[in-house]
Amino acid sequence: MLGPADYTMWLLGFVLEVSVIVCSLFRRGLLRYFTLNLYMLAAASITVGQFVVIHRFGFSSTEYFYFYYYSDTLLTILLYFCVIQLYQQVFEEMGVSNQIRGASLLLLSGTAWVSFMMVRQNQTHLTGRFVVELSQNLYFVGLILTYVLWGAVMKMRETRSRLIQFVLALGVYFSAYSATYALRNLFPHLELTKILPPLVGTWLPLAWTYTFWKVPEEARLAAASLVTPSTLTR
Amino acid sequence: MIAAAIFVFASLALLQFFFWYCRALIAATSRVELSDATREVTGIENRHVSGDDFEKLSQLVHLCPEAGGDAMGLRFIRMYHSFLGLLRIGFHAFAPNAEGWAERERASCSYFTAVTLDARIARTRLLLEEQGSNQR
Repeated sequence: MLGPADYTMWLLGFVLEVSVIVCSLFRRGLLRYFTLNLYMLAAASITVGQFVVIHRFGFSSTEYFYFYYYSDTLLTILLYFCVIQLYQQVFEEMGVSNQIRGASLLLLSGTAWVSFMMVRQNQTHLTGRFVVELSQNLYFVGLILTYVLWGAVMKMRETRSRLIQFVLALGVYFSAYSATYALRNLFPHLELTKILPPLVGTWLPLAWTYTFWKVPEEARLAAASLVTPSTLTR
Repeated sequence: MIAAAIFVFASLALLQFFFWYCRALIAATSRVELSDATREVTGIENRHVSGDDFEKLSQLVHLCPEAGGDAMGLRFIRMYHSFLGLLRIGFHAFAPNAEGWAERERASCSYFTAVTLDARIARTRLLLEEQGSNQR
Protein backbone atom coordinates (compact mmCIF):
# COMPACT_ATOMS: atom_id res chain seq x y z
CA MET A 1 0.00 0.00 0.00
CA LEU A 2 1.12 3.52 -0.72
CA GLY A 3 1.15 6.11 2.04
CA PRO A 4 0.80 9.92 2.04
CA ALA A 5 4.60 10.30 1.71
CA ASP A 6 4.57 8.28 -1.55
CA TYR A 7 1.74 10.35 -2.99
CA THR A 8 3.53 13.58 -1.95
CA MET A 9 6.72 12.47 -3.71
CA TRP A 10 4.69 11.57 -6.75
CA LEU A 11 2.91 14.91 -6.90
CA LEU A 12 6.20 16.73 -6.28
CA GLY A 13 7.85 14.83 -9.13
CA PHE A 14 5.00 15.64 -11.51
CA VAL A 15 4.92 19.33 -10.56
CA LEU A 16 8.69 19.64 -10.99
CA GLU A 17 8.65 17.89 -14.38
CA VAL A 18 5.97 20.27 -15.63
CA SER A 19 7.78 23.26 -14.10
CA VAL A 20 10.88 22.54 -16.25
CA ILE A 21 8.75 22.93 -19.39
CA VAL A 22 6.99 26.04 -18.06
CA CYS A 23 10.29 27.67 -17.01
CA SER A 24 11.98 26.90 -20.31
CA LEU A 25 8.96 28.36 -22.13
CA PHE A 26 9.19 31.57 -20.11
CA ARG A 27 12.97 31.78 -20.42
CA ARG A 28 12.92 31.04 -24.16
CA GLY A 29 14.74 27.73 -23.99
CA LEU A 30 12.01 25.48 -25.36
CA LEU A 31 13.42 25.07 -28.86
CA ARG A 32 17.10 25.42 -27.99
CA TYR A 33 16.79 22.59 -25.45
CA PHE A 34 13.98 20.74 -27.20
CA THR A 35 15.03 17.19 -26.22
CA LEU A 36 15.33 18.15 -22.56
CA ASN A 37 11.76 19.43 -22.66
CA LEU A 38 10.57 16.40 -24.58
CA TYR A 39 12.09 14.17 -21.91
CA MET A 40 10.33 16.11 -19.15
CA LEU A 41 7.03 15.90 -21.03
CA ALA A 42 7.46 12.12 -21.37
CA ALA A 43 8.45 11.84 -17.70
CA ALA A 44 5.35 13.79 -16.61
CA SER A 45 3.11 11.63 -18.84
CA ILE A 46 4.64 8.44 -17.43
CA THR A 47 4.13 9.74 -13.88
CA VAL A 48 0.41 10.11 -14.68
CA GLY A 49 0.45 6.69 -16.37
CA GLN A 50 1.92 5.04 -13.26
CA PHE A 51 -0.80 6.61 -11.16
CA VAL A 52 -3.50 5.24 -13.47
CA VAL A 53 -1.93 1.73 -13.55
CA ILE A 54 -1.70 1.63 -9.73
CA HIS A 55 -5.32 2.65 -9.34
CA ARG A 56 -6.49 0.08 -11.85
CA PHE A 57 -4.26 -2.89 -11.00
CA GLY A 58 -2.69 -2.12 -7.59
CA PHE A 59 0.83 -1.35 -6.44
CA SER A 60 1.87 -5.01 -6.06
CA SER A 61 0.49 -6.07 -9.45
CA THR A 62 2.61 -7.53 -12.25
CA GLU A 63 1.15 -4.88 -14.60
CA TYR A 64 2.58 -2.07 -12.46
CA PHE A 65 5.90 -3.90 -12.08
CA TYR A 66 6.39 -4.13 -15.86
CA PHE A 67 4.98 -0.66 -16.52
CA TYR A 68 7.40 0.85 -14.00
CA TYR A 69 10.58 -0.83 -15.25
CA TYR A 70 9.88 -0.64 -18.96
CA SER A 71 8.78 3.00 -18.84
CA ASP A 72 11.92 3.68 -16.80
CA THR A 73 14.03 2.01 -19.51
CA LEU A 74 12.30 4.09 -22.20
CA LEU A 75 12.92 7.27 -20.23
CA THR A 76 16.59 6.39 -19.84
CA ILE A 77 16.90 5.95 -23.60
CA LEU A 78 15.15 9.30 -24.08
CA LEU A 79 17.65 10.79 -21.67
CA TYR A 80 20.42 9.52 -23.98
CA PHE A 81 18.93 11.80 -26.63
CA CYS A 82 19.24 14.70 -24.16
CA VAL A 83 22.92 13.86 -23.72
CA ILE A 84 23.30 13.75 -27.51
CA GLN A 85 21.69 17.17 -27.86
CA LEU A 86 24.08 18.53 -25.25
CA TYR A 87 26.98 16.99 -27.22
CA GLN A 88 25.70 18.79 -30.32
CA GLN A 89 25.60 22.08 -28.44
CA VAL A 90 29.15 21.63 -27.16
CA PHE A 91 30.47 20.79 -30.62
CA GLU A 92 28.18 23.12 -32.59
CA GLU A 93 31.02 25.45 -33.65
CA MET A 94 33.01 22.54 -35.08
CA GLY A 95 30.16 21.57 -37.42
CA VAL A 96 30.27 17.88 -36.54
CA SER A 97 26.52 17.43 -36.08
CA ASN A 98 26.36 14.65 -38.66
CA GLN A 99 29.14 12.67 -36.99
CA ILE A 100 27.48 13.05 -33.58
CA ARG A 101 24.15 11.97 -35.06
CA GLY A 102 25.83 8.93 -36.63
CA ALA A 103 27.64 8.01 -33.42
CA SER A 104 24.44 8.39 -31.42
CA LEU A 105 22.49 6.17 -33.81
CA LEU A 106 25.25 3.58 -33.53
CA LEU A 107 25.15 3.82 -29.74
CA LEU A 108 21.38 3.54 -29.64
CA SER A 109 21.37 0.55 -31.99
CA GLY A 110 24.13 -1.04 -29.90
CA THR A 111 22.22 -0.49 -26.65
CA ALA A 112 19.02 -1.83 -28.21
CA TRP A 113 20.84 -4.89 -29.55
CA VAL A 114 22.55 -5.68 -26.22
CA SER A 115 19.23 -5.19 -24.37
CA PHE A 116 17.44 -7.41 -26.89
CA MET A 117 20.06 -10.14 -26.49
CA MET A 118 19.79 -9.89 -22.70
CA VAL A 119 15.99 -10.15 -22.88
CA ARG A 120 16.19 -13.09 -25.33
CA GLN A 121 18.62 -14.99 -23.11
CA ASN A 122 16.50 -14.32 -20.03
CA GLN A 123 13.02 -14.61 -21.55
CA THR A 124 12.22 -17.70 -19.54
CA HIS A 125 12.93 -15.86 -16.28
CA LEU A 126 12.34 -12.12 -16.74
CA THR A 127 12.65 -11.57 -13.02
CA GLY A 128 12.85 -8.43 -10.92
CA ARG A 129 16.57 -8.98 -10.58
CA PHE A 130 16.98 -8.93 -14.35
CA VAL A 131 15.15 -5.63 -14.83
CA VAL A 132 17.11 -4.05 -11.98
CA GLU A 133 20.32 -5.19 -13.66
CA LEU A 134 19.17 -3.80 -17.01
CA SER A 135 18.34 -0.42 -15.44
CA GLN A 136 21.66 -0.40 -13.61
CA ASN A 137 23.52 -0.99 -16.89
CA LEU A 138 21.54 1.62 -18.82
CA TYR A 139 22.17 4.26 -16.16
CA PHE A 140 25.81 3.31 -16.05
CA VAL A 141 26.14 3.80 -19.83
CA GLY A 142 24.45 7.19 -19.33
CA LEU A 143 26.97 8.05 -16.65
CA ILE A 144 29.90 7.17 -18.92
CA LEU A 145 28.39 9.26 -21.73
CA THR A 146 27.97 12.22 -19.38
CA TYR A 147 31.53 11.82 -18.11
CA VAL A 148 32.84 11.93 -21.67
CA LEU A 149 30.59 14.94 -22.35
CA TRP A 150 32.03 16.71 -19.31
CA GLY A 151 35.50 15.95 -20.66
CA ALA A 152 34.45 17.56 -23.97
CA VAL A 153 33.11 20.61 -22.09
CA MET A 154 36.51 21.00 -20.45
CA LYS A 155 38.48 20.33 -23.64
CA MET A 156 36.41 22.78 -25.69
CA ARG A 157 36.71 25.39 -22.93
CA GLU A 158 32.94 25.72 -22.85
CA THR A 159 31.75 28.85 -21.02
CA ARG A 160 27.95 28.76 -21.29
CA SER A 161 26.76 28.52 -17.66
CA ARG A 162 23.40 27.03 -18.59
CA LEU A 163 24.94 24.25 -20.63
CA ILE A 164 27.53 23.52 -17.91
CA GLN A 165 24.84 23.27 -15.24
CA PHE A 166 22.65 21.02 -17.41
CA VAL A 167 25.57 18.64 -17.94
CA LEU A 168 26.58 18.59 -14.27
CA ALA A 169 23.00 18.02 -13.09
CA LEU A 170 22.74 15.14 -15.54
CA GLY A 171 26.00 13.71 -14.16
CA VAL A 172 24.62 13.81 -10.61
CA TYR A 173 21.39 12.15 -11.77
CA PHE A 174 23.00 9.31 -13.74
CA SER A 175 25.58 8.56 -11.05
CA ALA A 176 22.99 8.62 -8.23
CA TYR A 177 20.65 6.26 -10.10
CA SER A 178 23.50 4.02 -11.18
CA ALA A 179 24.76 3.72 -7.59
CA THR A 180 21.21 3.12 -6.28
CA TYR A 181 20.48 0.32 -8.76
CA ALA A 182 23.91 -1.26 -8.16
CA LEU A 183 23.19 -1.22 -4.43
CA ARG A 184 19.79 -2.79 -5.09
CA ASN A 185 21.45 -5.47 -7.15
CA LEU A 186 23.92 -6.16 -4.33
CA PHE A 187 21.35 -6.07 -1.52
CA PRO A 188 17.87 -6.82 -2.99
CA HIS A 189 16.12 -6.66 0.38
CA LEU A 190 17.67 -3.41 1.62
CA GLU A 191 14.81 -1.00 2.37
CA LEU A 192 16.93 2.07 1.54
CA THR A 193 17.16 1.04 -2.12
CA LYS A 194 13.36 1.29 -2.38
CA ILE A 195 13.24 4.75 -0.78
CA LEU A 196 16.07 6.28 -2.82
CA PRO A 197 14.79 6.07 -6.46
CA PRO A 198 11.81 8.46 -6.01
CA LEU A 199 14.06 10.90 -4.13
CA VAL A 200 16.76 10.74 -6.80
CA GLY A 201 14.03 11.14 -9.44
CA THR A 202 13.22 14.64 -8.21
CA TRP A 203 16.82 15.84 -8.61
CA LEU A 204 16.90 16.34 -12.39
CA PRO A 205 13.65 18.33 -12.75
CA LEU A 206 14.61 20.36 -9.66
CA ALA A 207 18.08 21.22 -10.98
CA TRP A 208 16.89 21.92 -14.55
CA THR A 209 14.02 24.10 -13.32
CA TYR A 210 16.53 26.11 -11.30
CA THR A 211 18.90 26.42 -14.27
CA PHE A 212 16.18 27.54 -16.69
CA TRP A 213 14.80 30.02 -14.18
CA LYS A 214 17.94 31.48 -12.64
CA VAL A 215 20.68 31.16 -15.26
CA PRO A 216 20.27 33.33 -18.35
CA GLU A 217 21.43 31.97 -21.73
CA GLU A 218 24.04 34.76 -21.90
CA ALA A 219 25.68 33.88 -18.53
CA ARG A 220 29.28 32.73 -18.87
CA LEU A 221 31.56 30.68 -16.62
CA ALA A 222 34.96 29.04 -17.03
CA ALA A 223 34.37 25.30 -16.62
CA ALA A 224 38.06 24.73 -15.85
CA SER A 225 37.77 26.84 -12.67
CA LEU A 226 35.28 24.32 -11.25
CA VAL A 227 37.64 21.37 -11.23
CA THR A 228 40.81 23.06 -9.96
CA PRO A 229 41.25 22.63 -6.21
CA SER A 230 42.02 26.32 -5.71
CA THR A 231 39.14 28.41 -4.49
CA LEU A 232 36.93 30.42 -6.83
CA THR A 233 38.28 33.96 -7.12
CA ARG A 234 36.45 36.64 -5.22
CA MET B 1 31.25 -8.25 -8.72
CA ILE B 2 30.18 -5.94 -11.61
CA ALA B 3 27.49 -4.38 -9.41
CA ALA B 4 30.06 -3.66 -6.69
CA ALA B 5 32.42 -2.03 -9.21
CA ILE B 6 29.57 0.06 -10.65
CA PHE B 7 28.53 1.08 -7.14
CA VAL B 8 32.03 2.30 -6.23
CA PHE B 9 32.56 4.12 -9.55
CA ALA B 10 29.09 5.72 -9.53
CA SER B 11 29.42 6.84 -5.89
CA LEU B 12 32.74 8.55 -6.62
CA ALA B 13 31.28 10.13 -9.77
CA LEU B 14 28.27 11.31 -7.77
CA LEU B 15 30.51 13.11 -5.28
CA GLN B 16 32.56 14.66 -8.06
CA PHE B 17 29.57 15.86 -10.11
CA PHE B 18 27.84 17.22 -7.00
CA PHE B 19 31.01 19.16 -6.06
CA TRP B 20 31.32 20.65 -9.52
CA TYR B 21 27.61 21.45 -9.70
CA CYS B 22 27.70 23.36 -6.41
CA ARG B 23 30.89 25.13 -7.46
CA ALA B 24 29.14 26.18 -10.69
CA LEU B 25 26.34 27.72 -8.61
CA ILE B 26 28.84 29.49 -6.37
CA ALA B 27 30.94 30.70 -9.31
CA ALA B 28 28.01 32.76 -10.57
CA THR B 29 28.13 34.87 -7.41
CA SER B 30 31.86 34.89 -6.65
CA ARG B 31 32.52 38.17 -8.49
CA VAL B 32 29.41 40.00 -7.33
CA GLU B 33 30.08 43.03 -5.13
CA LEU B 34 27.92 43.35 -2.04
CA SER B 35 25.98 46.56 -1.47
CA ASP B 36 26.77 48.84 1.47
CA ALA B 37 23.45 47.94 3.09
CA THR B 38 24.31 44.23 3.09
CA ARG B 39 27.84 44.88 4.36
CA GLU B 40 26.37 46.87 7.20
CA VAL B 41 23.84 44.19 8.12
CA THR B 42 26.26 41.28 7.86
CA GLY B 43 29.46 42.96 9.06
CA ILE B 44 31.36 41.67 6.00
CA GLU B 45 34.42 43.76 5.16
CA ASN B 46 36.65 43.54 2.06
CA ARG B 47 34.75 40.47 0.78
CA HIS B 48 36.20 38.51 3.67
CA VAL B 49 33.72 36.02 5.05
CA SER B 50 34.21 32.86 7.08
CA GLY B 51 32.63 29.47 6.58
CA ASP B 52 31.25 29.71 10.11
CA ASP B 53 29.22 32.81 9.12
CA PHE B 54 26.99 30.59 6.98
CA GLU B 55 24.34 29.95 9.65
CA LYS B 56 24.11 33.63 10.62
CA LEU B 57 23.76 34.65 6.96
CA SER B 58 21.16 31.93 6.34
CA GLN B 59 19.07 33.23 9.23
CA LEU B 60 19.25 36.75 7.78
CA VAL B 61 18.26 35.46 4.33
CA HIS B 62 15.16 33.82 5.78
CA LEU B 63 14.07 37.14 7.27
CA CYS B 64 13.73 38.63 3.77
CA PRO B 65 11.04 37.63 1.28
CA GLU B 66 12.16 35.22 -1.45
CA ALA B 67 13.47 36.81 -4.64
CA GLY B 68 13.05 35.08 -8.00
CA GLY B 69 13.07 31.46 -6.83
CA ASP B 70 16.48 31.60 -5.13
CA ALA B 71 15.48 29.23 -2.31
CA MET B 72 16.34 26.14 -4.37
CA GLY B 73 19.95 27.30 -4.90
CA LEU B 74 20.25 28.03 -1.20
CA ARG B 75 19.13 24.49 -0.40
CA PHE B 76 21.76 22.99 -2.72
CA ILE B 77 24.47 25.17 -1.17
CA ARG B 78 23.33 24.28 2.34
CA MET B 79 23.80 20.59 1.47
CA TYR B 80 27.23 21.35 0.04
CA HIS B 81 28.20 23.39 3.12
CA SER B 82 27.12 20.58 5.48
CA PHE B 83 29.07 18.07 3.44
CA LEU B 84 32.16 20.29 3.52
CA GLY B 85 31.76 20.56 7.29
CA LEU B 86 32.00 16.78 7.54
CA LEU B 87 34.97 16.74 5.18
CA ARG B 88 36.75 19.39 7.24
CA ILE B 89 36.42 17.27 10.36
CA GLY B 90 37.80 14.29 8.45
CA PHE B 91 40.64 16.33 6.96
CA HIS B 92 41.50 17.72 10.41
CA ALA B 93 42.17 14.19 11.61
CA PHE B 94 43.75 12.63 8.52
CA ALA B 95 44.91 15.32 6.04
CA PRO B 96 45.51 18.69 7.72
CA ASN B 97 46.77 20.22 4.43
CA ALA B 98 43.36 19.81 2.81
CA GLU B 99 41.54 21.39 5.75
CA GLY B 100 42.30 24.88 4.41
CA TRP B 101 40.70 24.00 1.08
CA ALA B 102 37.50 22.79 2.78
CA GLU B 103 37.40 26.00 4.82
CA ARG B 104 37.82 28.18 1.70
CA GLU B 105 34.96 26.29 0.04
CA ARG B 106 32.79 26.81 3.12
CA ALA B 107 33.62 30.51 2.97
CA SER B 108 32.50 30.55 -0.69
CA CYS B 109 29.17 29.03 0.44
CA SER B 110 28.84 31.88 2.97
CA TYR B 111 29.57 34.44 0.27
CA PHE B 112 26.92 32.86 -1.98
CA THR B 113 24.42 33.27 0.86
CA ALA B 114 25.50 36.89 1.39
CA VAL B 115 24.95 37.64 -2.32
CA THR B 116 21.49 36.02 -2.11
CA LEU B 117 20.74 38.20 0.92
CA ASP B 118 21.91 41.23 -1.05
CA ALA B 119 19.50 40.40 -3.90
CA ARG B 120 16.64 39.90 -1.45
CA ILE B 121 17.32 43.22 0.30
CA ALA B 122 17.47 45.02 -3.06
CA ARG B 123 14.18 43.44 -4.16
CA THR B 124 12.45 44.24 -0.86
CA ARG B 125 13.59 47.87 -1.15
CA LEU B 126 12.31 48.08 -4.70
CA LEU B 127 8.93 46.67 -3.65
CA LEU B 128 8.69 49.16 -0.77
CA GLU B 129 9.58 52.04 -3.10
CA GLU B 130 6.96 50.91 -5.63
CA GLN B 131 4.39 50.62 -2.85
CA GLY B 132 5.31 54.11 -1.61
CA SER B 133 4.98 55.66 -5.08
CA ASN B 134 1.61 53.94 -5.62
CA GLN B 135 0.26 55.35 -2.37
CA ARG B 136 1.30 58.90 -3.30
